[in-house]
Amino acid sequence: MNKNIILCGVGGQGTVLASKLIAAAAMKKDLPVMSAETIGMAQRGGSVFSHIRIGEGLHSPMIAEGTADVILGFEPGEAVRMLPYLKDGGQVIVSSRGIMPVTAALSGTPYQSGEMISYLKTRTDHLLVIDTEKACRELGSSRVLNMLLLGAAIHSGALGLTDTEIKEVIKERVPEKYHNINFRALEYTHSL
Amino acid sequence: MHKEFLMGNEAIALGAIAAGVNLVSGYPGTPSSEVLETVAKRRTSDIYVEWSVNEKTAMEVASGAAYTGARCMVTMKQVGLNVASDPLMSLEYIGVKGGMVVLVADDPGPVSSQTEQDTRCFAAFSKLPCFDPSDPQEAYEMVQEAFEYSEQYGTPVFFRPTTRVCHGYASITVKDETEYQPHRFEGFVKDTGRWVIFPRLSYQNHIKIEARNVKLAEDFSRYSRNRIYPACERNQKLKKGVVSGGISFTYAIETLEQLGMARLFKVSTPHPFPEQLALEFLDGLEEVLCIEELDPVLERELNYLCGKHHLPVKIYGKLTGHVKNAGENSRDSVQNDLVQFLGADAGGSPGNPDPPALPARPPVLCAGCPHRASFYAVKTAMKGRKTVFCGDIGCYTLGNAIPLDMVDTCLCMGAGLGIAQGIGHMEPDTACFAFVGDSTFFASAVTGVINAVYNQANMTLIILDNSTTAMTGHQPHPGTGQTMMGEIVQKINIESVLRGIGLTVVETVNPLDYQASLECVKQTADEPGVKAIIFKSPCIALTRPSGSMTVDSRKCTGCRKCIRELGCPALILSEGRVCIDSSLCTGCSLCAQICPAGAICSPKGCTPCPACAVCSPKGRTPDPAGEADASGNNSSCPADDACHLADQGGVHNE
Ligand code: SF4
Ligand code: SF4
Repeated sequence: MNKNIILCGVGGQGTVLASKLIAAAAMKKDLPVMSAETIGMAQRGGSVFSHIRIGEGLHSPMIAEGTADVILGFEPGEAVRMLPYLKDGGQVIVSSRGIMPVTAALSGTPYQSGEMISYLKTRTDHLLVIDTEKACRELGSSRVLNMLLLGAAIHSGALGLTDTEIKEVIKERVPEKYHNINFRALEYTHSL
Repeated sequence: MHKEFLMGNEAIALGAIAAGVNLVSGYPGTPSSEVLETVAKRRTSDIYVEWSVNEKTAMEVASGAAYTGARCMVTMKQVGLNVASDPLMSLEYIGVKGGMVVLVADDPGPVSSQTEQDTRCFAAFSKLPCFDPSDPQEAYEMVQEAFEYSEQYGTPVFFRPTTRVCHGYASITVKDETEYQPHRFEGFVKDTGRWVIFPRLSYQNHIKIEARNVKLAEDFSRYSRNRIYPACERNQKLKKGVVSGGISFTYAIETLEQLGMARLFKVSTPHPFPEQLALEFLDGLEEVLCIEELDPVLERELNYLCGKHHLPVKIYGKLTGHVKNAGENSRDSVQNDLVQFLGADAGGSPGNPDPPALPARPPVLCAGCPHRASFYAVKTAMKGRKTVFCGDIGCYTLGNAIPLDMVDTCLCMGAGLGIAQGIGHMEPDTACFAFVGDSTFFASAVTGVINAVYNQANMTLIILDNSTTAMTGHQPHPGTGQTMMGEIVQKINIESVLRGIGLTVVETVNPLDYQASLECVKQTADEPGVKAIIFKSPCIALTRPSGSMTVDSRKCTGCRKCIRELGCPALILSEGRVCIDSSLCTGCSLCAQICPAGAICSPKGCTPCPACAVCSPKGRTPDPAGEADASGNNSSCPADDACHLADQGGVHNE
């Protein structure tokens, strides 16, 4: 199995943990993994990404344009930014909730995330938009965005990983009192 | 042996531990900081590790250890090497007894640095051997080999990964603890003819160094990590070749595995250059493309070789405009360069045709950051006056962004002090300010203060003391009272240091108390001579938020002063109204203190606007998943918030 996976969003949204979980789950299956992510100044409210590559014969942690199997967009505009990486027929999973940059508040011209979703629709047939605001309300937590998207990605089959495999690594890496909420978020999109 | 998923920097640290390193010193700086931190975390009991006060001191500490025969490593980023260059240049003439690896992380881009300098050039300048790893697995093994070479040849060696190698992750094979090689050493043996640098000794050792580097170049031609790739040499009649190293090599080999139209030469030791092997590579070739970042080091070496041996090979690269001469390479830029060079068929992705305008997301000071309050107080106090605000290296460089716009100059660590003095001597009517963080103060500002006092400068020193080295990921420093060995030690008090130097006006104030800060700046700035204000408030990543503020929709007049003047990322516009994003707001209350309508308050006392849910007190529901536990592991957004704050990197330091 060779997979190129991109996670993207805004600093602090939970992309780092999600990419660590994917990597750990793949390693459990004895698959080679490489990854690269934004570290540094850009993390402060800036655009962030993780590239994850799974499979034999890899050299570079960076994914070439037009070769990503799946993009997990934690924010609509950021998913658009990463779109050149998507391969033909690749899967996009995106949260519907836009995050306004500080610059937009200052200039008084709010940025329209709906436009981004519309654009994504014109560019790919395999688009899954998750109403994460509604999901967070229903789940009673605003901090499960990463689990919602991860769950949807697993469900779409694009990661080549199963629920059980991800749950295994969550159990190992996340304190027990949070297992339940994370599992519920992970399964949330399965019932849609 | 076992497998671990490791960041390049972690792999280097484990490699050094496996090689029996006895001492590791360094100064934080992105992208190098995780090396020393990982040594501290994973060290065996006999390893000493310290964050030194700056790179020069770190280099000297490591040198002393190497004189005893111990194995040591010193870590820094590329601009840190400038600070450490004085001891290093001389050390090369003296040499070492124990293996000494000088880890310098270069930052093509630059992603979080002031310069795009190339440590491979510094290697040629200082005559040190240089190792250039391409990925975490190689870095892990290569650093162990670097110790061997260092000891064998009695010289410190450079180990210089670049950002993408430092921060790339891979599942790699590492040794179990039982396989580690402990390194025993003799101790320091007095010998003035060896350890005391004098012109005569330098002359004699210079001759030895030149001879040694010739020998080392021959040795490096046999080093297995300098390699010509037969895998890409399906056709012996290949007329084109590609030379590369570091991360660029991984991009090149992936492309060539598909195109298969060129011979590939991986150079892992750019200095001294493996000449013999390079000649084998060049044999029969007509054209060569050099794919490297920063300076055209490999390209110059090949040009030199072709001239020396009268080889009819055309060398292309940065010097000929075939590869861009600034900024970092990417997987795609290298692919494009190779496709062009080989005349291959460019498949390529369709890209993003007619995308909607994407939001720019420049890095900003965090919501609730005390630096915002400090800058705002100085800005307001000095309104209408002729001022210069000299900034420095750290999170607070972000004070340059609008709307604060409070960084007029920024050069390098500690430079703001000297620059403020220089401007002041030329423009006596300008009120000159220098802003410096606590870690930078200890690293390189103390001498600047002494200079200011001695030379009768007229300036205000602003210390932004957030009790940590925030930008590089919260390393302790002399003012925090913690060491990397886990000891709690006496804190060095900045105010006492300043008074000791002779400053008589040293005020300490909490920047989150807006009125007090404003008054303090107004009074202090007009004192004659050198005076200091210490704005003391911990970095928000070190404290628990005190709860979000909200905007009372009945009182808010919509003047937007809060947004216009503060630029706090938690202050947002939602459907035309000012709101506070409760998931970001720390409750620092700065906005509440400046709102002319008194419309911002803690949730209990006000009527939130009904437009959206963001700033409702419910927005910050007691969140079953969201609370960070005591270990700082935030779980279900898990780790990310905690981790995002913990591994923010940055420039040089702070
Ligand atoms: S209180 Fe105001 S200035 Fe402080 S973090 Fe919250 S919104 Fe930002
Ligand atoms: S400063 Fe006060 S009144 Fe003006 S927009 Fe902000 S909250 Fe409303």
